[in-house]
Amino acid sequence: MSLNYYLILAAFLFCTGIYGVIARKNGVLVLMSIELMLNAVNINLIAFSQYQQMPAGNTFALFVITIAAAEIGVGLGIVLLITRNLRSPNIDQLDQLKG
Amino acid sequence: MVAAQLLYPLTKLAADASEHGSGHGTEQAGGHGGEHHAVGEKITEVTSHGPWLLNHAWLIVLIPAISYFLILFFGKKLPKKGHEIGLASIFSVLIMAFVIAYQWITRGHEYESAVFGKSYTWWRNGPIELGVGTHIDGLAVMMIVVVAIISTLVHVYSTEYLKGDVRYTHYFAALSLFTASMMLLVVADNTLQLLVGWELVGLCSFMLIGHWWEDKNNTNAALKAFFTTRTGDIGLLTGVIMTFFIVQQATGEGSFSILDINNAALSGTVGHTLLFMTALALLLGIIGKSGQFPLHTWLPDAMAGPTPVSALIHAATMVVAGVYLGARVYPVFWEGFNIGETSINMMVLVGGITILIGAALAFVQDDIKKVLAYSTISQLGFMVMGLGAGAWTAAIFHLFTHAFFKALLFLGSGSVAHSGSHHSFDMKKDMGGLRKHMPITFWTFMVGTAALAGVFPLAGFWSKDEILANAGEAGYKTFMIVGFVGAFLTAAYMTRCIYLTFFGEYRGHHHPHESNKTITIPLIILGFLSVTAGLLNAVAFDIHKFQEWVEPKGAFPYYNLVEEGGAYILHAPFSVPKAIIASLVAFAGIGVSYLYYWKKIGFVGLTEKSKLAKAFHTFLVNKYYLDVLYTDKIVGYTKGAIAHISYWFNQTVIDGIVNFAGKATVKIGEFTYTRADQQGVDGVVNSLATGSQGTGSELSRYQSGKIQKYGAALFASVVILALVTLFVIR
Repeated sequence: MSLNYYLILAAFLFCTGIYGVIARKNGVLVLMSIELMLNAVNINLIAFSQYQQMPAGNTFALFVITIAAAEIGVGLGIVLLITRNLRSPNIDQLDQLKG
Repeated sequence: MVAAQLLYPLTKLAADASEHGSGHGTEQAGGHGGEHHAVGEKITEVTSHGPWLLNHAWLIVLIPAISYFLILFFGKKLPKKGHEIGLASIFSVLIMAFVIAYQWITRGHEYESAVFGKSYTWWRNGPIELGVGTHIDGLAVMMIVVVAIISTLVHVYSTEYLKGDVRYTHYFAALSLFTASMMLLVVADNTLQLLVGWELVGLCSFMLIGHWWEDKNNTNAALKAFFTTRTGDIGLLTGVIMTFFIVQQATGEGSFSILDINNAALSGTVGHTLLFMTALALLLGIIGKSGQFPLHTWLPDAMAGPTPVSALIHAATMVVAGVYLGARVYPVFWEGFNIGETSINMMVLVGGITILIGAALAFVQDDIKKVLAYSTISQLGFMVMGLGAGAWTAAIFHLFTHAFFKALLFLGSGSVAHSGSHHSFDMKKDMGGLRKHMPITFWTFMVGTAALAGVFPLAGFWSKDEILANAGEAGYKTFMIVGFVGAFLTAAYMTRCIYLTFFGEYRGHHHPHESNKTITIPLIILGFLSVTAGLLNAVAFDIHKFQEWVEPKGAFPYYNLVEEGGAYILHAPFSVPKAIIASLVAFAGIGVSYLYYWKKIGFVGLTEKSKLAKAFHTFLVNKYYLDVLYTDKIVGYTKGAIAHISYWFNQTVIDGIVNFAGKATVKIGEFTYTRADQQGVDGVVNSLATGSQGTGSELSRYQSGKIQKYGAALFASVVILALVTLFVIR
C-alpha cells in the first residue's frame, strides 16, 4: 500500500480528535479524543518508519504509548476531581480562568 | 631517637623498592601489571579483587540507607520508637569499619599501593561515562573508621539525651541518613558522586540543626547554615565540572574519576591556569563546608541543633568534608597553588586567617557550645593550613585526632547541659562549680581540653605539632608562627571555658548531678581515644603507623616522586625545639588563663585603674563587649584587640557591606522614584496604561475561561500557520 493511505487515515483520526476536544463537553470524551489524536500521530510515525526503513519511528511510537498511558492516568484523576467538585464531568463549567 | 630518621620519601622508598624487587622508577611507566602494586607505582585503575570487604565497601553506605527508610516508615510503631533499627545498623557499620581497617592494614605487599573498589556505569553519552563506585584507599579507610566510631557513640548517647523528644523517630532516621550520606561521600570514586554525598550531608545538617523547629531561632540557624554552605557549593560545583576538563586536557577524554583527576593533575600536561582556577573553585567549596573565613559564620549558629548532632556533624565529620575533599584531589591543589614552591598561597592563607579569627572569637562567648564551635573553626583552619603548606599527612592526622577530642568536648558540654545546668548552655549564668557534681564529665572534659590544647602526650600535641613542624620545614615560616599563636589562644580559651563551667561556685538554680551511663560511657571511650589516638603517629617515638596506613602509595603523589621534581608528601623530621616551643606555648596559654581566673593575678582590675580601659569599658555597655575587655586583660591589649577587631570586622565590615548594599539600593530606588519615575516615566506610563486598558477590555471578551474555546483558537492558529508555511513562505 502506498504511504498516502496511512497518512489519510491518520489525518482523519486526528481531525476527529480535534473535533472531539473542541466540541465535546464531557471530560472523559475529551480525554478519549486526545487519545485519538495521539494514535493518529503514532500511525504517522510507524508509517514513515516503514516507508524509510528506519526503526526510530517505532521507538518514538512506543514512547508516545507510554506517555499516553501516564497522561491518561493524570487526566482521569483530574476529571474525577472535576466531577467531585462540580457534581458533573462537564468541563464547560470550568471558566475560572475568565479574565 | 629523635634524629632525622624521617626523610621518609626517599630512603624508605628506595628500601621498599629494593626489598620487594618491583615498582621502582623505570617500571612505573610500564604499567600496573594487574596483581602487583608496589610503592611508587602509578595506579590508573582500581583493583577489584583482594580482600572481600574492601571491594564491597558500598555495603557500608547501603546499610544505614536502608535503616533510614525502615525507621522512617516503621519507626513509630516499634517499642523503642525506632532507635533499635538505628543502633543495629550503626553497630554493623562499626564492625564493618573495623573489618575494613583490618583488611586494609593486612592487605599484603602485592596490594601495597593498590586502590580497591568497584565502579559501575549508570549513565553513558557517547564516550563519556558517569560512574558510581567506591574508591578505598588509606584516606577513605581512615575516614570510614572515624565516621563509624563517632556516629556509633552519638547514636548511643542520643538515646538518653533525646529521651522523650517530640521527633525522636525522625531524629534517628536523620542520623542514619547522615551516616549513609557521609559514607557515600567518603567512598566516592568520582567527584560527581562526592558532590551528591556532599549535598546530602548538607541536607541532613539542615534537618538536624532545625530539629526543634518550633523555635524560630533554630529554623533561622538551619537556613543560615544551608544557604551559607550553598554559597560555597557554587564553587564546588564549578570546580567539579572543571575537574572533568582537567582529565580531558591530559588524556583527550574527560572523566570525573578521582584517580584520573589526580593522575592528570600530576602529569604536567594540563595548563596551569585551568588547575589554578579549579583549585580556587574547589577551595571555595572547602571554605563553605569547613567553616573557613569568611564563610565561617554559619557554624556557631548551627549549635542550635541537639548537642549530639553538633558533636557528630559540626565537629567530627561533616565539617571536615571540606578538608577531606582537599586531601582527596590534593594534586589539583598541589599543582594549582604551587604548594611545593611558594611560601604563601590561597589555601594556607585562608587556613591561617581562620585559625586566628576563630580562636579570638572563642574568648568572647558565654555559650559553651559556641566556644567549642569557634574552636572547631580554628582547628579546621589548622587542617586547611596544613594542606596548604604541603603537610598532607599532618593535616589528615589532625582531622583524625580532632574528631575524637572535639566530639568528646561537645558530648561533655551536652552532658553538662543535660544533667548540670538544666538545658542551658550559658556558662556564666547556669554553670560553675560542676566538677564536684559531675566527676566523670569533668575529668573527660579535662582530657579533651588537654588534647585540644596540645598537652604532651595527648592526641592534639602530636597532630598539631606535626602540622607546625611541616609548615616550618616546607618554607611556610610565617604560618608556623600563626599556628603557634593559634595554639596559645586555644589553650587560653579552653582554660577559661573549664574555669567558667567546672570551677568556682555553682550559679544555676537546679540540682546538678552526674549523667547516667548511657552518656558517660561514650565520654569515657572518647576520652581514651583522645589520649591514645595521637600515639599512632608519635614521630618522636619513631612510630609512623598512621602515615604508613593512610598515605596514598600509588594513586598520588608517590608515583611522581621518581620523576624529576615530582610532588611528594612532606615529612619533616621531629624537631625537639619546635615541640618544646609548642608545649611551652600551650602551657603559657593555660597558665595565663589560670592566673587570671583562679588567682586573679595579671590584669585584673585594669578597668578600675586605667582611664583608657575605663573609657573603653563605659563605651562597651553590652555584656558581650565586656567579655572582650576581660579577654583583653589576660594577655594585654594585643589579643583582645584582635578579638575585638575580628568581632568588629564581622559586625561592621561584613554586615556593613551587606547593609550598605541594602541602603544603597534604597537610595537609588528613592532617587529613581522622585526624579525619573514621577516626573519622566509616569507620563509615558500613564498614556501607555490608558492604551493598554482599552486594548485589555477589548481583548478580555475573548478571555472567556472556556478551555475548549482556547483549544479551538489554538487549532485555528495552527491551521493558519500551516497554510501560511505551505502557500506563502514557499
